[in-house]
Order: sequence, then C-alpha cells, then structure tokens
Amino acid sequence: MSETKETCTMTGAEMVVRALQDQDVEHIFGYPGGAVLPIYDALFQQNSVEHILVRHEQGAVHAAEGYARSSGKVGVVLVTSGPGATNAVTGLTDALLDSIPLVCFTGQVPTHLIGSDAFQECDTVGITRHCTKHNYLVKKVEDLPRIIHEAFYVARSGRPGPVVIDVPKDVQFASGTYTPPGEIMHKSYRPKTDGDRRQIEAAVDLIARAKRPVFYTGGGIINSGPEAARLLREFAKITGFPVTSTLMGLGAFPANDPQWLGMLGMHGTYEANLAMHDCDVMINLGARFDDRITGRLDAFSPGSKKIHVDIDPSSINKNVKVDIGIVGDCAKVISVMLEVWRERKIQADAGALKTWWGQINEWRKRNSLGYKNSKEIIKPQYAIERLYELTKDRKTYVTTEVGQHQMWAAQHFHFNEPNRWMTSGGLGTMGYGLPAALGVQKAHPDALVIDIAGEASILMNMQEMSTAAQYRLPIKIFILNNEYMGMVRQWQELLHGGRYSQSYSAALPDFVKLADAYHAHGIRCSDPAKLDAAIMEMIDYPGPVIFDCLVAKEENCLPMIPSGKAHNDMLLPDFEGAIGDVIDSRGKQLV
Amino acid sequence: MKSHYSDPTGNQTVERRTFCVLVDNEPGVLARIAGLFSGRGYNIESLTVSETEHARHLSRFTIVTSGIPSVLNQIEAQLDRMVPVHKVVNLSTGSTIERELALVKVAQFGPERSEHRMEALRLATAFGAKTVDATLNSFIFELSGPYEDVERFINLMSAIGLVEVSRTGAAAIARGAEGL
Repeated sequence: MSETKETCTMTGAEMVVRALQDQDVEHIFGYPGGAVLPIYDALFQQNSVEHILVRHEQGAVHAAEGYARSSGKVGVVLVTSGPGATNAVTGLTDALLDSIPLVCFTGQVPTHLIGSDAFQECDTVGITRHCTKHNYLVKKVEDLPRIIHEAFYVARSGRPGPVVIDVPKDVQFASGTYTPPGEIMHKSYRPKTDGDRRQIEAAVDLIARAKRPVFYTGGGIINSGPEAARLLREFAKITGFPVTSTLMGLGAFPANDPQWLGMLGMHGTYEANLAMHDCDVMINLGARFDDRITGRLDAFSPGSKKIHVDIDPSSINKNVKVDIGIVGDCAKVISVMLEVWRERKIQADAGALKTWWGQINEWRKRNSLGYKNSKEIIKPQYAIERLYELTKDRKTYVTTEVGQHQMWAAQHFHFNEPNRWMTSGGLGTMGYGLPAALGVQKAHPDALVIDIAGEASILMNMQEMSTAAQYRLPIKIFILNNEYMGMVRQWQELLHGGRYSQSYSAALPDFVKLADAYHAHGIRCSDPAKLDAAIMEMIDYPGPVIFDCLVAKEENCLPMIPSGKAHNDMLLPDFEGAIGDVIDSRGKQLV
Repeated sequence: MKSHYSDPTGNQTVERRTFCVLVDNEPGVLARIAGLFSGRGYNIESLTVSETEHARHLSRFTIVTSGIPSVLNQIEAQLDRMVPVHKVVNLSTGSTIERELALVKVAQFGPERSEHRMEALRLATAFGAKTVDATLNSFIFELSGPYEDVERFINLMSAIGLVEVSRTGAAAIARGAEGL
C-alpha cells in the first residue's frame, strides 16, 4: 500500500485496513476465520491498527462497546462468517439498545456461493437486520470504500448504534479504487441535531414557571459528549433544580453534588422516584421513558407537564405522552435553553423551590439506600461502598455484569464524571462486564478498570481472562459472590413463593485457582474486617486480578418498585413484612 | 401479555392510515420495512412497492396499516428514522387518490346458471370492471378502484360464484399539483 492518502488501487482487504486508518481507528477487536483471512493478512502487514484477539466473538463486541463508551470513539469489530457473525449478535443487540456506536465487519462466503448453504455461510445481513442500526452486504469492491466511510458516519451520528458490513471473501481479494473519506452527505440519512427554537423557548417558559421541577437525564447526555454534561451542570446550577438520572446516564451529573437525587427507577432512590411522581415540570434530557424507569404507566408522574429532548424522534411520545417534544442533540438543545434563560434574565421561583427542596429532604431522610451492616459477613452494599471509598481518588472506570451486583454498583458506587460507567442497560446482557473492561482498559491504559461482577454473570464470558493475560490488561474483576443468580433469586422470593428454581450457583469454580490458571492474581475475602486490605491488594497488583468477595447470600436489592406498582409505592429497606406478599397476581405476570 | 405495564391508551379507537414511503432501492429494503412491522407488532393491511424513479434508484412503498393514533404516529417515526428512508408521508391527512386492482374469477353459477351469469356481467358493468377472460362457465373481471369498491364487488360476487381473487393492495397519491 502506498503512503499517500489519495485515490489508489488496492485489494478489498487492503481497503478495509486503509479505511480504518483513515477513520483514525487505533484498536479493533476480533477473531479470525476462513472468510476474513485476506483482511487479517492485510492487518499483519501494517502497524497503525492494533488488533486485539478475543476468545469469543461476543467478547469482541462487548470489548468494542466498552472502548466506545469510555472514549467517545466508534468501536470496531472484525469477525468471520457463519458462527463468527452469529456469536456477535448478542453484542450487536446490546449496542443497539444502549445506543453505542460500533462498526462490525463480518466475513462472508464468496458472492457466487451465497445462498448455497456453503461452509460457514449464514444470512448475516438477514440475521443482523433487526439488531443493527443499519447493515450492508458488499457485492462489488468498488462499493467498499464508500460503504465503510458511510458506516462510520451512520454509527456515530444521530442516535448512535451498531452497523454491520458483510464482506464476501472474493470482494476482499478483488482489486479496486480506494477513495478516502470525504464530506459525507448521505443520500437519505440526515439526523436532526438542532432542536426547534420555538419549542425550546416554550420549554424554557415552562421551566421558568416550575414550582416542583426535576431534571430526568439519561444516556443521551453521555452520547452527546462531555460538553453536554458540562452544560447540564451549568443548567442545574443556574436553575437550582434537583437532578436524577437513569442507569445509562450516571456520571453526567456529579454524584457528590447536593442537587443530585441519585438514580431513579426500579432500584432508584426514594427521593428520586417521589420527585418524579410529584413534580409539576419534568425535564427529560436524553432518556427514553424505559419501563424500568416509569413503572406503572397510568400512574407515572400524573400531575406534571413533561418536556422531552431526544435525538431520536421515535422516542418522543413512544411510551409516555409529553407536552413539549424537542428532537435534537442534548448539548445543542441545552445550550440554546441556557441562552434563552439568560437573554430573558429568568429567575427560578426561589420560594417554591425552597418548599420543594424541603419536601425532597424529608424523603431523603428515609435513607432508602440504607442496609443493616454486619461484623461477621460482608454485605454486598458494604463491599461496593468500600470499593468506592478506596478508589474514588483515582482515575477509575467501572463496568458491570447484569443483576443485583449491577444495581448495587449503580446505587453505592458514585460517579462524578461521564464515560466512567459502562453497563448493559437496555438488553441486560450477563457476561458484558469482563470483555467491556478489556475495551475500557485498552482505551485508557493508565486507568484503574474494575468489572463489578456476580459469580454467575462472570462465568458467561470467563474465557476473556485469557485475552487480559495476553495483552497484559490489568483489569480487576470484583465478584460479589452470593452463590445465587441473585436477581433471579430475589424475583423468585418476590413472585414465586421462594421456590428457587435453577437459580443456585452450584459447582462454582474456585475463583482464586481460576485466576491462577489465567495467569492472573486471585484474592478471596469473606471477613468485613479484612476487606479494605484485600481491596488495596487488588488495586496495587500490577496485573489482572480476580477478587472473590464472599457476601451475604440472600440479601435483596432494595429499594425497589415492584412490578405493576407506581413510583410512590416503593419497597424500602426498612420493610418488615413478608416480601413474597407485596406483589398482587396481576403484577406477578409482568416482567 | 402485550406490554410490560398497563396500557393507558385503552380508550383510543383503531384507525386506518396510508403511508407513502420513499426509499433507496437497495437489496433487502423490503425486508427491512416489512421486518419493522413484524418486529414491533404493527399491522400491515396492504403493502405495495415498486421502483418509481429509475435514475435515482428510488422505490415507493404504499403501506396501509391500522392501529390507535399513538401507534400510527410511532409507525411513522420508526419508518422515518430508518437509514435508507428518504421520506415518509401520511397520505390520510389530505385529499388522496387511493386505488387497488383486483382480478376476480367467478364460475360454477349453480342450477340457475344463465341468470347468475347475466347477473355477474351486469354487476361488472355497474362497477366498471373489465371482462378480461370468459369461458362458457366462468369470467375473470378486472376491477380497479378504492378499497371499499373492491370489497363491495367481491362481496357481491361471492353470492354468485366467486372462485378466486388476486388483489394488488393500494397505490396512493395526493391530489393537486404538488409532488412529494
């Protein structure tokens, strides 16, 4: 390959690598196979794109997600045809639901064999059509450069998401003319990022008159970039309004700020949920009224006027009817809101706000994240609290698996910066955290990267410890080991009479020995008094660590809005009755 | 169970709506549009598609769907955000011409054969249908018209000796000088 950035002739495989270079891609995550060998050969002959070899294609996609979410760049994946592509499907779906920008190259059998049930053939574009933002089957090498550049544009613009490019092997071998990325003017895809000025002004009017307002923020702030988080902080300061966030939006507003109410939703704080329920003006910035947030829809924030800012027009009025819907990028819209606020010299209603904060502070006194600590046994909440206290002064990134540990991490680990928290929110993918941590560590080599895990989830992509060893990625796997699929067990206690069908983690591996087998360091701790020292040992160890933290086995994750209940009908930690009687038969049918 | 939580939209009534969707005519685009409907549980009453601008490789879908207004609005938004979609127009808002073509085979006219035979021809004339095939005991009529006319015609024919129907689904266009 010549070194000029001008148009030149090369093979399809070389085009893939050149396009990655031109898109400033430094790392890709993948796994080779027959149908992508030409691309792997082209990768072999250059040094600017580093390939990280995972142990399973699902791991490659989650690693790229962690990379993308922690760096704001597009994550890139390279897998082979057939099983390579189908193994990537869970990760792609995860990225679609959490709006993570990815470009995933899949190998495909040669074009003349497509449709013949060839070896390792599958209908990749058919299978991934429903779990990608867009996908392409490249039939001619001439189309390849345009498609790649277009894919990067589609993945990162508007509401970000995963894009698959399926490249048949003969296209990888064929020669054609490469064109570098230019100014992309997509034929049809033109996401709207500037909010409508009149709508924004109407929203500011509503905000100015609010007596019991709340900012309800989400992953859209994170996706919009650090500027959006900065503007949110400025808007919150200037108005003095309380701020809550979804799981995906944690870190956009600092958790150590007095205006922070904590996370809202099913496992959100009492004060956040009651503020949502009782507010008179709700300002939704980049969140999508997910069912984990709203609870019972017909009882969701009944008395409020609702403003919804979202870059995806289909999110507005999808689940909850709003009074003012603004299609646009969060940073751009908030910036105009601030401009209008200042132009009109608006002052928030200080008297009303004082009363509102008085009410919120009453709710705070319920201490909904409280728990009964123990001297004999490590409580999972305590473990997360200590982990937070001992790492808060470092540059720390947290990923999680899915389940109780994830919710405890969201509740008790506090985030003051955006892009520090990587979790599978929409799809709820067990096995996300370990590979995602690899991607985060690759993007931030000097940072402390912790995967807060459960003993069941971690086994779903355990093989990626081998990747950590190979690339010397010093990730820390902090397992809250309660020997149960804890959230399944909790729901069985709530809904199914405590019949713990298949939710006990029997025959667990010895995680310390497992660490040893993966060339990592293993630590086990079951004594609250020794926990701090053990966590410090984990932090100080220069390589990957598996920390087996043995915690209370039947602890429930509270507070909780049980299924079919409203925000003001929460199950709090000081609940004394039988937890199995809380949900009625109708609620038991809900997910 | 339809959704996670109780549905607050219970008192809305189901409406019919016709969308015109202009898309890039690229491989898989029909599967993409149809898959959106099946994946999200929307109804398709009819769907027609053909390339309408060969030079720009643009295809035009006419989709007739039904649902409560909030779902219909959601369908429009979901269609509009798809990458190969250029434009979505709700043709039910303005004054629109909507036509579909049906081929209707009528045969086996029963014991009073000749009378039914005459009746079939009379009805066809009344509806402006063309007789495109005739044998001693059968006809094939070609009828184009609004959905309701085609429905009425088929209902009448089923009393006489309907054998088979082939329908295209609706094609629609807005009245007046303005283009899409």
